[in-house]
Amino acid sequence: MTVTETAAMQLGRAEALRLTGRRPHRKGRWGTLLFLTVMALAWLLPLLWTLYTSLRPKSATDKYGYFSIHGPINFQNFADAWNQGGFARYFGNSLIITVPSVVLTLFFASMMAFAVSRFRWRFNVTLLIMFTAGNLLPPQVLAAPLFELFKHITLPYTVSDSGSLLNTYWSVIAVNTAFQIGFCTFVLSNFMKAISPELTEAARVDGASVWRQYWSIIMPLTRPALAALGTLEVIFIYNDFFWPLIFIQSGDRLPVTTAINNLQGQFLSNYNLLAAGATITVIPTLVIYLVLQRQFVSGLTLGASKG
Amino acid sequence: MTEEQLAASAPAAVRGRETPARRHGHLRQLTKRDVLTLSLMAGIPTLIQLCLVWLPTLFSIGLSFVRWNGLAFGDMRPAGLDNYRFVFTDYTPFWPAVTHNILWLLFLGVIGTPLGLLLAVLLDSRIRFTRIYQSIFFTPVMLSLALIGIIWQLFYSRDNGLLNFLLGTSGTPHAVDWLGDSSVNIWAAMIAATWRHAGYVMILYLAGLKGVDPTLREAAAIDGANGPQTFFRVVFPAMKPTNIIIVVITIIESLRAFDIVYVINKGTNGLELLSALVIQNLVGEGQVIGVGSALAVVLLVISLVPIVFYLTRTFRSQEDE
Repeated sequence: MTVTETAAMQLGRAEALRLTGRRPHRKGRWGTLLFLTVMALAWLLPLLWTLYTSLRPKSATDKYGYFSIHGPINFQNFADAWNQGGFARYFGNSLIITVPSVVLTLFFASMMAFAVSRFRWRFNVTLLIMFTAGNLLPPQVLAAPLFELFKHITLPYTVSDSGSLLNTYWSVIAVNTAFQIGFCTFVLSNFMKAISPELTEAARVDGASVWRQYWSIIMPLTRPALAALGTLEVIFIYNDFFWPLIFIQSGDRLPVTTAINNLQGQFLSNYNLLAAGATITVIPTLVIYLVLQRQFVSGLTLGASKG
Repeated sequence: MTEEQLAASAPAAVRGRETPARRHGHLRQLTKRDVLTLSLMAGIPTLIQLCLVWLPTLFSIGLSFVRWNGLAFGDMRPAGLDNYRFVFTDYTPFWPAVTHNILWLLFLGVIGTPLGLLLAVLLDSRIRFTRIYQSIFFTPVMLSLALIGIIWQLFYSRDNGLLNFLLGTSGTPHAVDWLGDSSVNIWAAMIAATWRHAGYVMILYLAGLKGVDPTLREAAAIDGANGPQTFFRVVFPAMKPTNIIIVVITIIESLRAFDIVYVINKGTNGLELLSALVIQNLVGEGQVIGVGSALAVVLLVISLVPIVFYLTRTFRSQEDE
């Protein structure tokens, strides 16, 4: 592009900006701001209502009603919900399920992504399609066969007190891993394709094995994608309600997301406790989000923008 | 096309030619040990995927043609199309569930997704406090759908909910039982679902909008296009990859909808959805695995439509390579 052309374009741009007019734009801006503010308040309403209810003692809401500003504000409901609901146990269960699921998912998905993105072989695309499609199926479609499968896998009672894979953490970890591998493979393979082939090529010439190319060269370069996906998967699996509902029968083995449904029955008449319980379960996701916001958002959009 | 995509597709273009890098990518040039490593690296995840996702899907289809109580395998009796016949003609919640799933899809498609797009467009322009607004709209996306069901129950409750209070009907006979009244509860549940869905769509479109080449807008402005014209004729078509994924997400979300209604009342009394019916037949008192599986197959067949659409769009370019 010549200098005159550039200058002409810039002139044109200034002209265009002047023609489209600044003024209506500014007027529109106040409307936009008003609209966004109203929407934001509406968006916050259910959350603030839950938080407010959880901070008020039952005695106060019984006396003044839920729609009042009277009475004390304190954290007693949180302490009560924590103890009566047995949250310590549920959070422990969530941790036992989430950490291995995420680690296994990323490990398997990165190996698969490495194999399909760095090497060309016949079933490359077929496999990738199979993995991606698997992640999109509604989980309810697989529920019955998986339940029966796990019920009929006999395990020694020293390993599982149900004598089968049912009612174990492993059942939930296995299915979560299988279900999430698809999505992670898809994202990671796109990411790995963007890494220059010369890097592994040079290593290969130096005699590096395939495993070394994967573990020492590609994996360190994939770290940003792994961080983003890891954050996303922690929240996905922590938030998973369905698989524990199907596979775990003992209430004391449920992760917190599924357990909260039982608390609903337990705290039935006590909205304050239920609200406190609900707020407690949000805290871990909120902490992860605040600390790893960038990873989380880029994880969410990683899969989409590559689509 | 976003920068990331350009980056991702560039090496593919290079590999398309007969470069040394491509030839070395062939399995033939690897040592035996490397081939073994590579087979394991691809084989183990594939095996997991086959055993825990695809074989169960096939078994689901198989189970829909038998009558079985789920106890011993020997009790399985072939049932032909009986389960399907029962589902389509005698199973009363089936057609309401289909209607609700369609309604759910339309609601997300007509209200939830466009709302998310609108929020993204407004927040993408240089507006004050845009980060704060983004965070607010995004908050529900982090919450589990089960928890959203509970939070909105507190909001919708007939006697103590905020909504009836704000409408001034609280405590009066006019108070609406938003989740208990089978004529309104599906709408209440869909609004709760939209609360999360719109934030998700917003985030995806914010990323999509950032990827649109700014010179496109400039060119449109030079040609005298106004704001809406620029958006609908230039910016929106330029976000095609994002648009495709959002169409797919909207359809899949409405087919997967389960947690919210299950938390509210297990998907009964006006909140029937296909996914919930599948589970009711599998875990309830009278386990009717055949009927549950027939419902699962119906759900599967419908789901395959958006899945195939998405896969052909996504992988066509890769297969051409």
